[in-house]
Amino acid sequence: MSAPAGTLPREEQVEPRQKPRRLTELLLLVLAVGIGVGANVLVDPEQLGSGDPHLLVSGLVLGIGALVLHVVLRLRAKYADPYVLPIVVALNGLGIAMIHRIDLTTDQTAASSQVVWTAFAMTAAGLVLWFLKDHRVLRRITYICLLLSGLLLLLPLLPGLGLELNGARIWISVGGRTFQPGEVAKITLAVFFAGYLSTNRDLILLAGKKVGPVRLPRFRDMAPMFAAWIIAIGVLVFQRDLGSAILFFGLFVAMIYLATSRLSWIVIGLLLVAVGGFFASQAFGHVAARLDSWLNAFDPEVYNRAPGGSGQIVQGLFGLSSGGLFGQGLGQGRPDLVSYANSDMIMTAFGEELGLIGLSAVLVLFFLFVTRGFRAALGTRDAFGKLLAAGLSAVLVLQLFVVVGGVTRLIPLTGLTTPFMSAGGSSLLSNWIIAAIILAISHTARRPVVTGPATEADLAEVAAYEAALREAARRDDQERAERLERRRDRRPRKETDGSGEDTAQADGAQADGAQADREDGATAPRSDASDTVRRPAVSADTAATEPITAAGPGGRRDAEDADHHGGTPTEAMSRLTDQDRRDPGGSRSTENGGAS
Amino acid sequence: MSELTVTLLRFGFLALLWIFIFSIVASQGRDLAVGGKLPAVLTRSRGDRRGAAEEPVPPAAGPTTGQRSRPRTLFVLDGPLRGRSYPLGNAPVLLGRSPEATVPLGDDYASGRHARLFPQGSRWFLEDLGSTNGTFVGQQRLSRAVPLDPGTPFRVGKTVLELRS
Repeated sequence: MSAPAGTLPREEQVEPRQKPRRLTELLLLVLAVGIGVGANVLVDPEQLGSGDPHLLVSGLVLGIGALVLHVVLRLRAKYADPYVLPIVVALNGLGIAMIHRIDLTTDQTAASSQVVWTAFAMTAAGLVLWFLKDHRVLRRITYICLLLSGLLLLLPLLPGLGLELNGARIWISVGGRTFQPGEVAKITLAVFFAGYLSTNRDLILLAGKKVGPVRLPRFRDMAPMFAAWIIAIGVLVFQRDLGSAILFFGLFVAMIYLATSRLSWIVIGLLLVAVGGFFASQAFGHVAARLDSWLNAFDPEVYNRAPGGSGQIVQGLFGLSSGGLFGQGLGQGRPDLVSYANSDMIMTAFGEELGLIGLSAVLVLFFLFVTRGFRAALGTRDAFGKLLAAGLSAVLVLQLFVVVGGVTRLIPLTGLTTPFMSAGGSSLLSNWIIAAIILAISHTARRPVVTGPATEADLAEVAAYEAALREAARRDDQERAERLERRRDRRPRKETDGSGEDTAQADGAQADGAQADREDGATAPRSDASDTVRRPAVSADTAATEPITAAGPGGRRDAEDADHHGGTPTEAMSRLTDQDRRDPGGSRSTENGGAS
Repeated sequence: MSELTVTLLRFGFLALLWIFIFSIVASQGRDLAVGGKLPAVLTRSRGDRRGAAEEPVPPAAGPTTGQRSRPRTLFVLDGPLRGRSYPLGNAPVLLGRSPEATVPLGDDYASGRHARLFPQGSRWFLEDLGSTNGTFVGQQRLSRAVPLDPGTPFRVGKTVLELRS
């Protein structure tokens, strides 16, 4: 029954289908790679003539990596957000350029390893995009992620494996290479929070005692959340890295606020930070030193203090001020005067060489990235995806806040990397994976519910489903016939020996009750109403076996149900993951029975 | 390199950065306006204005040309997602409260996996998946899969939906 084409419902025109917009992405990617390569040229124009392979290698890695990811998106996530990839490529290119620029004056080789890590991280992002067709599979590993986060955060504390640098024990060293497991833990923790909160949001919101205007969630609803939080914070107290502690705690507060939309969580979170910060400054020397060099940064005594002086911050501020509005120009400033100019302090290096205008461009790029993450969260239809995309975006924006706030002396400086820019493989890797997950989520957010004309796979799926339906119906009929058969068999037997079994009466009646219930539930079309009437006379041995046979059909029916829903792979998957189903599924037989 | 070139390149690079940003923002404007929350709000207000008189658009057993094609849109008449429409393809569609559903209803009266629409020949069939509150076509509670005609409203929890061509 097709309605005439003219009377298409207006609503469909109001909500048009999203276009894939991969061409937009490609054009922007060209621009982004242009920015990356341009920056690499500008930091040292002389290298064009010399045989330095850096420019060629970094340009190739950025260009080919971007192209490969673009193709992966075209193939696997056609409707993914078209802006995320160009933004990330541009930021990554700028980062490589600045690291290379600082290498030139300090005789380091951080840039080449950064290029290698870029290639590696892009590959990882591509793999995530290729295999994570539906981000909802991550929900299945909610608790594995909690476990993994715990392990990752504990790794640096293991003797022999952990490595202590600059007072913080957050690295592990494997075969001469260092890695920061906490960076990966921020992804696994976000997945855990998203999975846990999307399942238990209602319980946290609605169950529990009301104290004044605030409803306190029950402890058992919040326990895994607090466990995650204690792991994150407790381990970081031992690892003595304030930056990561703030990051994990911020993630925790942000996600619980996103899930419940209760402002009270933010207030509680800020209070806890204040209290925790106060006690940390009293208890830990390095925290107190950080606070001191924040508050009294320009005090000569603090400036010159050997470990933990404020020299780094102040030099960074001088760099920013010498950058002014337009900056010194790439390769023209002296950002290398600041210690850790290519990792923690890379933002001041950009401020010095690109000026306020360039630095704000970099910040705007970050904010655009984060808004795209939130846009994906708004668009996607499942609570888990919403929480995950928003949580990962929140991690990035928090990290950026901690870094930029630190280098501009808004908050105490804590050692965190600038996402996508700072030298450091683990940070680059995990941030690219975050970008890939956001892309995957944005694909489900933007794509139509069911796309386009049927493919061969779709048709096969439908055919398989229909075959399963027919099979189920056939088995149902067969079973019904068998039951009828059994009943008919039983009747003559009962007539012969039914009168003499007085002792078994009670048992029989009891079993009969159960039997009647089950029969109601399991077999919808009753063949004969006299069935229950004649039952009290059932013999003892039949009564004993009765519950088993009665349970039989029910159990089999369930198995059949599973078969019958197993028709399509997507269904099979959702059956595995969906916990909601357990409830309706459990009460199914009685419900159906009541109705039929 | 001359002083002039260096200066030009310096400012040129800053300009390039901002050109990149503005091209993202400019093309993003179109992207932000469509889909998601905004149209749902728009259609809701529009639906209210239209009132109930026009609400059940009759299928208008229209000019059925020899070619019988399946309805291509699932439209939400009432419930939390009112005013939304979903294009249908050739794959079965799972309706329910669960986030894994093809169309997650956000309806507290719907079961996690409530009902399923599946295509067969030129029609869509609706099947209840053992939901707690049942699936209704008209006043009839479903006990097995039934074919659905476009324009026939059916109820899943508190959500009323219909197929449209």
